[in-house]
Amino acid sequence: MTRTRKPGVSRRATLAMMGAGAVTFATPWVARAQAKTIKVGMPTILSGRVAQLGTSSRNGVTLEVEKVNAAGGLAGRQIEMVIRDSKGQPQEAARVARELVNTDGCEILIDAEASSGAFAVHEVARDLGVLCIHTNSETSSLTADPKQHIPNAFRTARQGVHDSIVGGSYAAAIAKAKGLKKWATCSPDYAYGRDTTGEYVTYLKRFAPDVEIISESWPKLFQPDYTEVVTKILQAKPQALYSCLWGGDLTSYIDQANIYALFSQMEVFAVNMADYTALTVVKNLPKGIHSGNRYIKTYPATPENAAWGDAYKAKYNEYPTNWSWENATAIMLLAEASKKANSADGKKIAEALRGLKIKSPFGADGTVTMRAEDQTLVGYAIGWGTTIPQEPYVPQVQAGDWKTVFELEAEWKKSKGYT
Amino acid sequence: MDLDALTGCLASSACLVTQTTSGFIIGMLLFLVAVGLTLIFGVLKVVNFSHGAFYMFGAYFAMTAYQLTGSFALAMLCGAAGTAILGLVFERGFMSRVYGADVLMQLLVCYAFVLIFDDVVRMIWGPEFKSMGMPAAFQVAPLFIAGGVVPPYYLLLIGVALAAAAVLGLGLARTRIGKVIRAAAHNPGMVSALGINTGLIYGGVFALGGMLAGLAGALAAPVRSLTPGMGFSVLIESFIVTVIGGMGSILGALIGALLIGMIRSFGSLGFPLFTEGLMYLFMVIVLVSRPTGLFGKEVA
Repeated sequence: MTRTRKPGVSRRATLAMMGAGAVTFATPWVARAQAKTIKVGMPTILSGRVAQLGTSSRNGVTLEVEKVNAAGGLAGRQIEMVIRDSKGQPQEAARVARELVNTDGCEILIDAEASSGAFAVHEVARDLGVLCIHTNSETSSLTADPKQHIPNAFRTARQGVHDSIVGGSYAAAIAKAKGLKKWATCSPDYAYGRDTTGEYVTYLKRFAPDVEIISESWPKLFQPDYTEVVTKILQAKPQALYSCLWGGDLTSYIDQANIYALFSQMEVFAVNMADYTALTVVKNLPKGIHSGNRYIKTYPATPENAAWGDAYKAKYNEYPTNWSWENATAIMLLAEASKKANSADGKKIAEALRGLKIKSPFGADGTVTMRAEDQTLVGYAIGWGTTIPQEPYVPQVQAGDWKTVFELEAEWKKSKGYT
Repeated sequence: MDLDALTGCLASSACLVTQTTSGFIIGMLLFLVAVGLTLIFGVLKVVNFSHGAFYMFGAYFAMTAYQLTGSFALAMLCGAAGTAILGLVFERGFMSRVYGADVLMQLLVCYAFVLIFDDVVRMIWGPEFKSMGMPAAFQVAPLFIAGGVVPPYYLLLIGVALAAAAVLGLGLARTRIGKVIRAAAHNPGMVSALGINTGLIYGGVFALGGMLAGLAGALAAPVRSLTPGMGFSVLIESFIVTVIGGMGSILGALIGALLIGMIRSFGSLGFPLFTEGLMYLFMVIVLVSRPTGLFGKEVA
């Protein structure tokens, strides 16, 4: 009896094809892992009133990615940035972040969103399990609150509570010296504005218990007109004003407050003033505004920081912003963590990131550390000083003390029930 | 809610002066945008949803002219004239083709242009925010009237807006062209039959509306940061003003704008967390009690 072979595909070939298909479809990460480049997705704000900051985030990242790629990339894989506009809208930031991972094949996310969008992207990172570095959101709870914690999310931005401890103690010293007891606040009405103002007032009162807040204003984010806010503050007649308005909102506010001569009627403490994005845009910059350093190339006063600021200016024909250094730090840390792990795998990089200390132009002592316990950056330079209307804008900066920051931050976490 | 602050303010002449001036400033800028909106609706019967873009262009034109010439007067002129030309081109090129179309169609066309105009601004001036800066002539100490603070620049702003309101009101009521515009609003067919070019009137009214919004943008440029999309929030508040005053009513736009200005100014003292809500609540109360708005029956 002879067996006749049926025409068509043999059983062996069919099985082989099925096997190959299963491998291809079930484990796309295999194909990704073998790719030469590693895609890093970045949702950020490239349109609207804070687009300049989003653009400066992209520039900060690009500057460092070029260096990392020239040195061989992440464990031999060249970084390919995929940068998308979220328009500053939380739902858009979350959608873009999801699309970057699921459709574009990004293996790492740089979440260059303001706090309004960062919490939304954080949830996407929680859901997809992808390595995510928050670079711009300074709302303390993003990493301080254990309920927010996920092992794959880190932060290289400042934190409001750090700024507030240093800023509060700086302001309290001036308040005591000048007898500034009646204070007003004016901050944007969203997570960052509320949290940071609350923290600042806490530390201001801690160091200067006589201080009383007699007026609060909460303009909405990206509000076009601050006239009613300015006049409300004038009516309250405070001796000092604190504000964490930022970007275009801050410059708008300054322009409108200027013509009411508000800055000559009270001491003003604007934490986000000392950033080139505000310092260079405001045409009639008032003298003597107290501000925390954001990015200025003269603080920390080191050759490394000045060189980084100059390199950025040479490439982009403008000075970097606070968001620039925060994003650049994310790439610097990624590169070092990848070296340490000898891998470009997100999980291995995450393990290497915890507790990693690197040399940095932005460090208070020349280094910054990704603190293991809450996966957030510490040791960056924080200081406060007063503005002048031309370079170097903040000629003398009083450095914050990280030992005090750590002590008071631990107390603060305990008071919040975070530990 | 801080009623003590509000009653304290009402009992203080200094506070009354400052807050009333503040209400006027907010209101008069809104009026300039809203009056163009209401004029276009009154004559052309089109809800021009793209109107905020003219406010934006006015601000950018003024800033550019100021940077090039250093002249504040030229900056204002360029802001107003530039948007008038833009309005004419926009009306003749696009809007005239959707007259008589479904309202939804008109809204969609206008909304498309809102996005297009924002992108055009982004391409020309870049996505980052800009600041024109206060002209040197107005970098002076504010005036103190009865203890209240009044910046000289805002006096100019209020004066220009009031002058525009007067010229517009008298022009429509007393001049021949004003009468023709009012006639075209009531019966365009009859006006056309009399040999008057209604297309020219429509184009002119649209240009005038655009010019007023552009003037508002130019006046706001020294004190507000400029960014693509800046016209949208102004447009929403202008719609509220127009609806409160009565669609098509110039007097309604003036009164509505001043009421909104005062609500924002005094509301920020007494209801600091409900200032926006107060504005919408007022609109609801007006519409429920008087669906055509406060001066809805008066048509320009």
